[in-house]
Amino acid sequence: MDLVFKALADESRRLLLDRLRADNAQTLNQLCAGLPGMTRQAVSKHLAILEEANLIAAIKRGREKLHYLNPVPIHEIAERWIGKFERSRLDALSQLKQALERRDE
Amino acid sequence: MSKASHVYVTYIRATPEKVWSAITDPDLSGRYWGHRNVSEWTVGASWEHRRLDAGKIDLVGTVLESQPPRRLVVSWAFPGDVDKPAKVSRVAFDIDVHKDDMVRLTVSHTDLESGGEMERGITQGWPFVLSSLKSFLETGKGLL
Repeated sequence: MDLVFKALADESRRLLLDRLRADNAQTLNQLCAGLPGMTRQAVSKHLAILEEANLIAAIKRGREKLHYLNPVPIHEIAERWIGKFERSRLDALSQLKQALERRDE
Repeated sequence: MSKASHVYVTYIRATPEKVWSAITDPDLSGRYWGHRNVSEWTVGASWEHRRLDAGKIDLVGTVLESQPPRRLVVSWAFPGDVDKPAKVSRVAFDIDVHKDDMVRLTVSHTDLESGGEMERGITQGWPFVLSSLKSFLETGKGLL
């Protein structure tokens, strides 16, 4: 679990996870093309840290590797601190927050 | 129609045989998944994903590969969609020994209709099922 929190404690790595959430199964080239502000070496290094924390799964396909967002460790963190009966109320609060913040944009 | 795929990985302190049984044994799968997985688990056999209460069948498919306890591949569809090839997806379970007492379970769900009901359902479902399976095998209790 330490690895998960360390991996998530970085804006660039959270951005990479956001990119995979929007469009799963991307190659290193595709991820780099979507992030012109980051060097290829930086993206590659961040991906290795995310893979080490099991937050992404990298699957070989021919000569390429496809990167998938793996939310299972985040689910385990949620299960540890959020009780079964609180979840529906928290979902409602989260939706309310999103709806209110959208109105301000 | 574009196809989507998702891959989920969890590390479990258990043997490959225990993980295989937890996926393929109706009574064991019922205890952490809330559904009984019922099949002969031989290539070409059908499989069903039945609710514990009243036994309503929520998913059906065919066993495409079966190499106990390392790899299982099944087709995966809602019962009403089984004759519509565009709506039949595919799930591979790969069970690899990671360290002495750990296995790495990889679930690859491919050939999904992009943005369809099945894709929406499984992206909610797999993280829960794999967390619950890990908890069940390591502590004896699923997350149901």
